[in-house]
Amino acid sequence: MSSDTLSAFVASVEDHHASVHRSAPDAVAGTVADLIDPPAVGVRLPDGLGLPEGVATDPTPAELDAANTGVTAARLAIADYGTVVLESDAAGSEAVSLFPERHVAVVRAGDVVPGMREAIGRLGGRLRDGASAVLATGPSATADMGDLVIGAHGPREVEVVLVEDRDE
Amino acid sequence: MSKPDSRAETAARLRHLLDTEGDAVAENTRGFNRGRYESTRELEDYESLKDEARAIKEDAIERLPELIDDLREAVEARGGHLYVADDDAEANAYVREVVDGGNVVKSKSMTTEELDLNEALEADGASVTETDLGEWVLQLADEAPSHIVGPAIHKSRESIAELFAETFALDADDRPETAEELTRFAREKLLAEIREADVGVTGANFLTADSGTVALVTSEGNARKTAVVPDTHVAVAGVEKVVPTVEDLAPFVELIGRSGTGQDITSYVSLFTPPTPSPPVGFDSPERGVGESGAASGDGATEPHPDREFHLVLVDNGRLAMREDDDLRETLYCIRCGACSNSCGNFQSVGGHAFGGETYSGGIATGWEAGIEGLDTAAEFNDLCTGCSRCVPACPVEIDIPWINTVVRDRINRGVAGGAGGAGGGDRDVGDAERFDFLVDGLTPDEEPAGLDPAKRLFGNFETLARVGSATAPLSNWGASLGPVRAAMDRWLGIAPERDLPTFERETLVDWFAARGGPRVNESMARREAVVYPDVYTNHVAVDRGKATVRTLEALGVRVHVPESVAVASGRAPLSQGMVETAREKAERCRDALLPEIDAGRDVVVIEPSDLAAFKREYERLLPADDAERVADGCYEVLEYVYGLLENGADPGGLTAADDGDRAVEGGDGDSGTGDDRVAYHAHCQQRTLDLEPYTVAVLERLGYEVESSETECCGMAGSFGYKSAYYELSMDVGEPLAEQFGDADRVLASGTSCGEQLDALLDSSTEHPIEAIAPPER
Repeated sequence: MSSDTLSAFVASVEDHHASVHRSAPDAVAGTVADLIDPPAVGVRLPDGLGLPEGVATDPTPAELDAANTGVTAARLAIADYGTVVLESDAAGSEAVSLFPERHVAVVRAGDVVPGMREAIGRLGGRLRDGASAVLATGPSATADMGDLVIGAHGPREVEVVLVEDRDE
Repeated sequence: MSKPDSRAETAARLRHLLDTEGDAVAENTRGFNRGRYESTRELEDYESLKDEARAIKEDAIERLPELIDDLREAVEARGGHLYVADDDAEANAYVREVVDGGNVVKSKSMTTEELDLNEALEADGASVTETDLGEWVLQLADEAPSHIVGPAIHKSRESIAELFAETFALDADDRPETAEELTRFAREKLLAEIREADVGVTGANFLTADSGTVALVTSEGNARKTAVVPDTHVAVAGVEKVVPTVEDLAPFVELIGRSGTGQDITSYVSLFTPPTPSPPVGFDSPERGVGESGAASGDGATEPHPDREFHLVLVDNGRLAMREDDDLRETLYCIRCGACSNSCGNFQSVGGHAFGGETYSGGIATGWEAGIEGLDTAAEFNDLCTGCSRCVPACPVEIDIPWINTVVRDRINRGVAGGAGGAGGGDRDVGDAERFDFLVDGLTPDEEPAGLDPAKRLFGNFETLARVGSATAPLSNWGASLGPVRAAMDRWLGIAPERDLPTFERETLVDWFAARGGPRVNESMARREAVVYPDVYTNHVAVDRGKATVRTLEALGVRVHVPESVAVASGRAPLSQGMVETAREKAERCRDALLPEIDAGRDVVVIEPSDLAAFKREYERLLPADDAERVADGCYEVLEYVYGLLENGADPGGLTAADDGDRAVEGGDGDSGTGDDRVAYHAHCQQRTLDLEPYTVAVLERLGYEVESSETECCGMAGSFGYKSAYYELSMDVGEPLAEQFGDADRVLASGTSCGEQLDALLDSSTEHPIEAIAPPER
């Protein structure tokens, strides 16, 4: 992934009331740990990326309810929009990314695509295979209460951990 | 919405909405509209994305039956159910059976509003909770949405705070007041409902036939919760929401938020392929995990969760008939973004409670309501589309919304008694009718039904009226403004007594040109040869701007003609009254007059933007394609033409530049503007839709003027609209932002006749056409 695309992604995320934190693969657990407001729940990350102590995997609804932070992976990200693409799974990623006030999304730099067209292109085959995904851009928001409010039914804060291999 | 039976009632109802909801609606819609301009400007390929979106919808509606079969196959392959409901009763019956009196949470869905699904479910004892914050506010207040995207934009923060305090009997100490507090309060209340829910009902913005995916475009996150928490998901959508493939979603995802509320993208675009793999969140059995024990990210991502149930209810309810209707079909391309509401002057003032039917609101609602509910419902608000066409460039799927309104108006004219602006039989007085018969007698060509509203006949046949008017001026000038005459005109014709009526000139532009001795630029010396089109207003009423055009073009070396033979109306006037067949007949006559000139190598220069818009936009609906194209290609807006001449080397030395001091305008207060080079300029709405405003600005700037351009979509007069008693106050309210912007301007220019009249009324000034500002002084 070109460095231009990654800087565009960082800028777009920031335009949407969220932040990006760059991390080497073996530093992900540490980076995530700094972004957590406990208690935290999470879903085990792919590709051997680690979660820090204190993130409860396999959460119960009660733990989900009590959590201030939810940590999940993102399958893709879109540079033009600052979007992370969250795939639904049997591990409950959809609920974990949705209920807590803060969502920490972990995405690999190689999965950042430049635009919407590329993202939808990659999703086509996946959705035809039966997958479900949410294009999530920044925190939830509403303008229904007389003014713009960040944080409606979904998270109020979004932190994106961008995982870069040394050769990326 | 009850049908008002008189103009006075219509005016009163609009006045009430202007007073109670107008401010909140105006602030929100104008904010959305500004946002649209800003966020679409950032999109490099905006126009081609719209073309692409349009093509996808055209194709999808064309192949709809086949796509529904594909979609059914995809949904059923995953164990979901697809049901096509012919009408609301069938749809509601199906959902009732699924819900079976249980607890339902819903995310925002206009289609379920159309079905009155909540009432049907509640009749079975089900509890139904809207979880979109705006919809929830309306559910508590028992009110209808006023906007298809922002259903509660008519409610202020204060009124929502009051509503919550009353509904939940809150003590003064813990009443939420700020937008943030109100949101928190609502979130907690609604989370409790979501946790208890048995069934989640959502709409769908798009459905992809290849994968069975339900696309939901939202920002609050309530649709995600509605779909993930209960084990049963029911999605309800119109049949027109189906697109062929996932890849087809790309242009819509980029356009829908920008077009609607000015967001480049909403917080969430959910692409659920139900039943999804997400385990239902069992808040009632907290010992069971949220996910499968030991599962990692991505596990089972393509497998339906075994506990999930999914029902997709596709609603016909008149849509498949609309698909067969050549004029209403385009409505089915609508993606419900709200752009036509936000860009509409009338909507900005009164909102969807006036400019809307049973369910839908804004310009496109005329198509939806005519197709789903019938002409009677469309007739209740169809008059509020003035045909200003500002929604046309705003629509992400390029629907000709003014044309749909025109066609429906025509059908209403031909069907049962008219709409809100209609004559209102009860108000008519036989004596008045006889006194004013001379105005409308012979004004109804055979093509139109005999019962046509007299006001529509009057405005639709302004050409004939103007002919008689000039011939008998000054006598014909309305018996002056005698009180009793105006009162009677109000009663019988519905013409607002507050309005100044046009003053007919005894000498028409054509007569003046002939008396002057015809063309003055020698054929051999001429840079170009042109015909100035003497539109009805320029020829009979605003003759000065016609003379200024002739002087300007001659000063730039153009051999100008103003022949009697082309002094025929374009058909714009009958078109705006929904008199399509009369408009077609006029268009044919006008074509027959213009094409010989064009074929002889003469450029047709048009002063009145609404006539130019007829030539360039509507003629393709009224004439054979080849004729329409030849007329459109041969016509120029006057300042566009001047711009072209200057760009090609014509010498502007003979024109009046900003620092020339003395003004060329005959009858204006010529001496007061000395040296002042600042002008305020309002381009005509239809001229802007044709993208012709920049030429006027460029010419004025080239001649040294400092131009402040209007930020208002439409002045509110919109041809005859503002003359009608029922709509006079609304018309003035629509023009209010223009009055605010231009209030301090010394010199105001407007391209359209009716814009000029509106500005004169709003600013108490004397508005000129831009050509009058730059024309050489009269010798």
